[in-house]
Amino acid sequence: MARQFSVRHQRGFTTIALICFFLLYLPIATLVVYAFNAGSTVGTWEGFSLRWFEAAWENTRIIDATLRSLTIAPIAALIATAAATMAALATTRTAPYPGLTFKYAFINQPLMVPEIVTAVALLVVFSQVKVWTGYSGLGYLIMAHAAFCIPFAYLPIRARLETMDLTLERAAADLYARPWRVFRRVTLPLMWPGILAGFMLAFVVSLDDVVITEFVKSAGQDTLPTYMLGQLRRAVTPEMNAISTVFLALSVAVVSLFFFLSRKKT
Amino acid sequence: MPSPAAAIDARGVSKVFRGDGSADLKALDDVSVTIRENEFFTLLGPSGCGKTTLLRLIAGFEFPTEGTIRLYDQDIALLPPYLRPVNTVFQSYALFPHMTVGQNIGFGLEMQDKPKREVAARVDEMLRLVRMEDLKDRLTSQISGGQQQRVALARALAPAPKVLLLDEPLSALDLKLRKEMQIELKRLQTETGITFVFVTHDQEEALTMSDRIAVMSKGRILQVGTPRDIYDHPEQRFVADFIGEANLMTGEIAATTADVAQVRLVSGAAISATLPAEARPTGKVTVMVRPEHAEIVASTASATLTGTLESTVYFGTDTHFNVRLADGTAFVVRRQNDRKEGRQLDPGTPVGVLLAERAAQVLRD
Ligand SMILES: Nc1ncnc2c1ncn2[C@@H]1O[C@H](COP(=O)(O)OP(=O)(O)OP(=O)(O)O)[C@@H](O)[C@H]1O
Ligand SMILES: [Mg+2]
Repeated sequence: MARQFSVRHQRGFTTIALICFFLLYLPIATLVVYAFNAGSTVGTWEGFSLRWFEAAWENTRIIDATLRSLTIAPIAALIATAAATMAALATTRTAPYPGLTFKYAFINQPLMVPEIVTAVALLVVFSQVKVWTGYSGLGYLIMAHAAFCIPFAYLPIRARLETMDLTLERAAADLYARPWRVFRRVTLPLMWPGILAGFMLAFVVSLDDVVITEFVKSAGQDTLPTYMLGQLRRAVTPEMNAISTVFLALSVAVVSLFFFLSRKKT
Repeated sequence: MPSPAAAIDARGVSKVFRGDGSADLKALDDVSVTIRENEFFTLLGPSGCGKTTLLRLIAGFEFPTEGTIRLYDQDIALLPPYLRPVNTVFQSYALFPHMTVGQNIGFGLEMQDKPKREVAARVDEMLRLVRMEDLKDRLTSQISGGQQQRVALARALAPAPKVLLLDEPLSALDLKLRKEMQIELKRLQTETGITFVFVTHDQEEALTMSDRIAVMSKGRILQVGTPRDIYDHPEQRFVADFIGEANLMTGEIAATTADVAQVRLVSGAAISATLPAEARPTGKVTVMVRPEHAEIVASTASATLTGTLESTVYFGTDTHFNVRLADGTAFVVRRQNDRKEGRQLDPGTPVGVLLAERAAQVLRD
């Protein structure tokens, strides 16, 4: 019997795969290792120590920035997920009509417009609004994050809805469920994994954002990534590595949490 | 006999699907039909004839373009599905994958805000009815196709609907399971006394299960009747052809009495044939004879029809004789087999075909 075609038996496959893995993970591994360096450079190993984690923990600006990131991300992700859920329902529960593709593009705008363009535009608009209203709190960052997170929340939710069988909702209506109860008891539970995935993506994308945040933030509104960016312009100590390591652990924790949540649901 | 109440009464129902750009599609064209209380009523017809559309109009998933649909004395044509005391068994079962078997069956009652204890009791009753007591707490993805079928039935029957709609519920099952479920369905219908409207394109299924059958074609109902009516007295060529096998011959009406006509065939032979209801055709007509209602003989002397035997095909239970009649038309005779030898007819020999009184049926044009 002929062996089935498998990309794994192609010449060079293993090599390319290994190179990719090294490029992806070797720098990260190095970064994590040097977070535990006793010395004050990120290039020479001088023994194991937790001093940079302690230093970071005592640095109030880092704690501030972290807390700010952890405030913005969940709120923005929540808003984005709610909007994306409604958008996904509206764009999948309908017969295709001319203009639907345009709507997809419209919703996914943040994926296509260069981020720097959006950032500059928001800077201009928000600086005007700040002058008019006198308000300069976190609201602007939250709104901006919510807006660019929508497509990240939208795509998994739509994907989930598209694979969902419409007859299930019809069956619920046939069994005396009014429209709201059909949604609560059938549609929502079935699209829940998609919503969780969408929320998680939006959360991580918000947590990670630099460009738009850098332009939109007012003075003293550094998030963790923009703080780190600012620090990198000065002397680089393993404190950066320590922060990055914690940040990495946080992201992995969030992703794993949602992964297990959504796996349990299906 | 007092005529039983009408469970469903559709009058002049049409359904047009607006085509995008191209022509509109008339899925149902002026359909009128009365479905009686407690009957097992089957919609039978080829793919695309509008069976599902009619069912969906009764369920409330679509609304008629024209016409009225009454459920007992209530006009339901424009009611949403959740206000109709009608339940559906879907072809794909459409069981809720995030609920257990028990929760699926209880869903309808729960949505009617029945007390929890009543729901629980009814769920157990339904599980017993479809013999699934052991699987109450399984997820629907953890049971077999046949079991899913039973759960779908139990779920639709649990709220005790006035009418149960079934859209080709057996088509996903293999032959053996299908035969079992046919018997099961019939039992459920008798035990619950609920009116069943059953859709199929399998004529044998329709004949064996139904109290009455409506034969559909191209958005119209051609004939409604008991399986015997439909099989023995098809009124139209399409019905005769679609259900069972039919020999068709042309002839001329010589004389008619109450419901029987004397027809002179092209070959010159005269036969008696039953007439379609309320029809008094004259002149040229088509008559139909079922292959098993004719008899083949070796002598042509006193035969009604004569011709040449072209071939014989052995089917185990019976044998088909393909005869070419004197005037050139093909005619099939079916004879039940026994274990006696002899009486062999050889292809190429002249044969005679005997028709019993009223073996033929005159078709409408
Ligand atoms: N929602 C719809 N939009 C447009 N056309 C439709 C729609 N539903 C059905 N039709 C058309 O109406 C006609 C009748 O369809 P229907 O589903 O009632 O047929 P059916 O008898 O159930 O066939 P089958 O045995 O294949 O299920 C078909 O030509 C079908 O293409
Ligand atoms: Mg159908």
